[in-house]
Order: sequence, then structure tokens, then C-alpha cells
Amino acid sequence: MLKMTPLNQTHRDMNAKMVDFGGWDMPLHYGSQLDEHHKVRQDAGMFDVSHMLPVDIKGDNVRDFLRRLVANNVDKLTLPGKALYSCMLTPQGGIIDDLIIYFLSETWFRIVVNAGTADKDVAWMMKQRDALAPNLEITPRRDLAMVAVQGPNARAKVWQVITGSQPATEELKLFQSAVVDSYFIARTGYTGEDGFEIILPASDAPAFWKALHAVGVAPAGLGARDTLRLEAGMNLYGQDMDETKNPLESGLAWTVDLKSERDFIGKQALLDTNVTQQLVGLVLIDRGVLRGHQQVVGEQGGVEYTGEITSGGFSPTMNQSIALARVPTQIASNDEVSVVVRDKKLRAKVVKYPFVRNGKVMV
Amino acid sequence: MSIPTNLKYSKSHEWVKPEADGTVTVGITHHAQELLGDMVFIELPEVGKTLKQKEECAVAESVKAAADVYSPISGEVIAVNSPLADEPGKINEDAYSSWLFKMKPSNPAEIDALLDAAAYTALVESEDH
Repeated sequence: MLKMTPLNQTHRDMNAKMVDFGGWDMPLHYGSQLDEHHKVRQDAGMFDVSHMLPVDIKGDNVRDFLRRLVANNVDKLTLPGKALYSCMLTPQGGIIDDLIIYFLSETWFRIVVNAGTADKDVAWMMKQRDALAPNLEITPRRDLAMVAVQGPNARAKVWQVITGSQPATEELKLFQSAVVDSYFIARTGYTGEDGFEIILPASDAPAFWKALHAVGVAPAGLGARDTLRLEAGMNLYGQDMDETKNPLESGLAWTVDLKSERDFIGKQALLDTNVTQQLVGLVLIDRGVLRGHQQVVGEQGGVEYTGEITSGGFSPTMNQSIALARVPTQIASNDEVSVVVRDKKLRAKVVKYPFVRNGKVMV
Repeated sequence: MSIPTNLKYSKSHEWVKPEADGTVTVGITHHAQELLGDMVFIELPEVGKTLKQKEECAVAESVKAAADVYSPISGEVIAVNSPLADEPGKINEDAYSSWLFKMKPSNPAEIDALLDAAAYTALVESEDH
């Protein structure tokens, strides 16, 4: 039996093509994935991301617990409402999950985790809690829904729908949030566009979705979500990284705080590791489509190397194929590599991602 | 969308149109494009190539996945729809006018053995359930 979000029937009423996404019955598209992609880049689209899980951690000294639990430094969170992207690591430095931590107060932090890893994440958090801070209360919030409204016009559309939200949220910078009545509104996203991610009571979600639709926000499915995040150069857990990979070889060194005295789970392993792999962007020069797991091959200084595409696809904004690939660290931007596609070797150029940000091609 | 009755079909979702001069025109079905989603890339066979029935001969890639196109019959490729490679989305608009290639059959009996519209409709319905 597939799990359903509070918007399941709403998607079906809008003729969504539904798919099994890691055990969740989710919309892939509502007709055309390409149209949905362009709508987000040019106007406003909305995604049901209620399969992701908000986890509330409450009690005295939540911050101390998080200093140990995650790789990024929660001491960067000084203003209430501020958010931080981080990995949660195994003692060996492998990535258990990537997540966003919201600082609400010294006694209440909220962590949003991925759907596919939610159960193991909560179990891991509770295990660490029991050992480090048994007084803390960890509550998975399956009673909440989450809707991402993304695109250059997304914020204005949300202001039309949630009464009183404009004064409360128009000054928010990226990675800040505010609470308006029963809505938790964060200026975050997974598309490379402006917009909000909104957490709200599950029972309110269908009416909220329909109200957004009525002011011209296009429903968008997981298909467009994937091409948008790939263009934005954002990692997808389970594809670009997992427990066998550490953040330093996954393009996430910027999220790891190795400088402060703070000791977090996985830190020693990262300090001891010899980083030989990196995540790079690829733009296909020849005709075709790059896909996950295709081999990257080449030669440098007489030595042959191999790598692998972790996420690949067609970029609707660039009208050509792009990918993220894990390759040896000696490969540099502007190098040309070959990708094995069926029986051919196709040429691709190594680039620094993101590929697209705020509607503009960056590579 | 109804399945045209003047065409023949393979189990791997290619359509075949027998032409008056004995050649055939080949494409992928509406059902196939529906399964694949928005098409973004087409790789066509080379003109002059001799194909065996069920041989991989073209690639249709959508935003979602790459799909092999199999030759529905044996024969020689005599023409390909090159403009389609620049506008693969045409297949989503009308799969039955967006042909991929034309063939000269080497064994016309293979055409007769393909599915007719009724049999192909039954196949699609069985896959949907």
C-alpha cells in the first residue's frame, strides 16, 4: 500500500500522472513536465512535498545536541527563523541524509528531512538523543503538509492567498522563515528560483493548493522538480550521495564546518580522509541525453581515469543535456571528458555548477 | 486517443503503415509516447542499413527515460525523418504523423503477422491493468 500525502485526491482531480516514488504515491506531472519546468522558471509553480518530514526537537539546550548531531555549525543560526542546510553523518563520515534546520527558539528547532530516509533519520536522532540529551523531545510531524511555491512570481502569489503574509515575509532573506497564523513560511526551495516552502496543517492543504491554483500558480510534479534541481546544481539524496559517500566528495564541503573546535559525528573521519573524488557539472557537447550511472572516461597525463554520472538529464532551460558526475579531483573546469552512452562515446565539457539560477544560464 | 485502424502494430509499441508501393513507414505509438512523457531526443537509423525484425534500430528519449525502438519487420531503411530529430516534441503532439523511418520489407509476410488495431488495443488495455 502506497503512502499518500494530504493532497493525493487533489492531484488526481487535476489529472496528475501518479507514480510510486519510494513508497509514496506522488504526481510525476499534470500533462507536460516541460511546461511545468518553464512555468517555474518564468512565473510560478507549486510542488507537493508533504512526503518530506518535519521533525521538531524541543527542550533545553537543543542547540548543544545539534552541535554534535550535524556537520554544519548551528551556531550560524542566531536570528529566530533562520535556516541552515546540513548533512547528518555516520561516524565514518557517510551521509545519512541532507536536511534543513530551522531555528525557532533555543528550546525549539525544526528539521526537515527527506522522505526516503525519514524513518532511519528519526531513529538515528532518537538514538543520539538517548545517549546525549535524554531530556529532549523529538516529534515527527506527519500531521503537517508541505507545499513549495517557486518561481519569480511565487512570493507575490502566496501573498495573495495567505492573508497578512506579505508584511510578515517580504523582508525575509534567503534561508529565513516566519510564522503567520498556522502557516510556517520559509524563503527556501529546490529549484534555483525565488519562492517559499510552506508548512501547514494537513487538513488545510487541499484548500491552500486550490487557492494558489486560482491565482495562477501551476501545479508541478516530481519530474519538473528533478530537472529544476539538476539545473540548479542541487544534490539529490540517494543519487548524488548516500551513506557510502562523504560531503567532501559530494560537492558539499561548503556545508561542513571543520574549522571550529566543535566535535560532530563524522568529523574525525572527514579529517582523516584523503579526498580523491569530486562532484562536477557536465554539459553534453554531442547530441544525446546524459543519465545517471553512465561512465565518464578520459585520459590525463597518460593516465586513464573513470568516473560516473550521478544525476543526468535534459535541461529544458538550456535545451541540451547536463549532468552531475563524480570524477577524480584532478579533473578541472573546461576539461573535455567522454561519456559512454550505449555503444558510443559522447563528448562533454566539465563546468562549475549551478547550471541555471534565477532564470539565467550560468555555464 | 483512438488507435488508427489503417496501421499495423508491434508488441514493442511501434506502428507500421503499409504504403501503396510496397514500402512501410514506421513510428512509435501514442501509447508509447504517453508512457515516456515529453520527448527530448531521437536517434534515427542510417539510410541503407539492413535491419532484422526486433533489432534495436533507433532511440527515443524523453525527460524521463531512454527507450529503444525495435524494427517491427526485416528490411532496408530507405528514408529517415531528419526534421523530427530537431523537434522530438512532435511525437507527443501526434505520434501517428511523426514517422521515424521508412523501410523496404525483405519479407512482406512479417507485416501481415503484426497486430491489427483491435489486437493492439487489447495489448494496451492489458498493460494498463
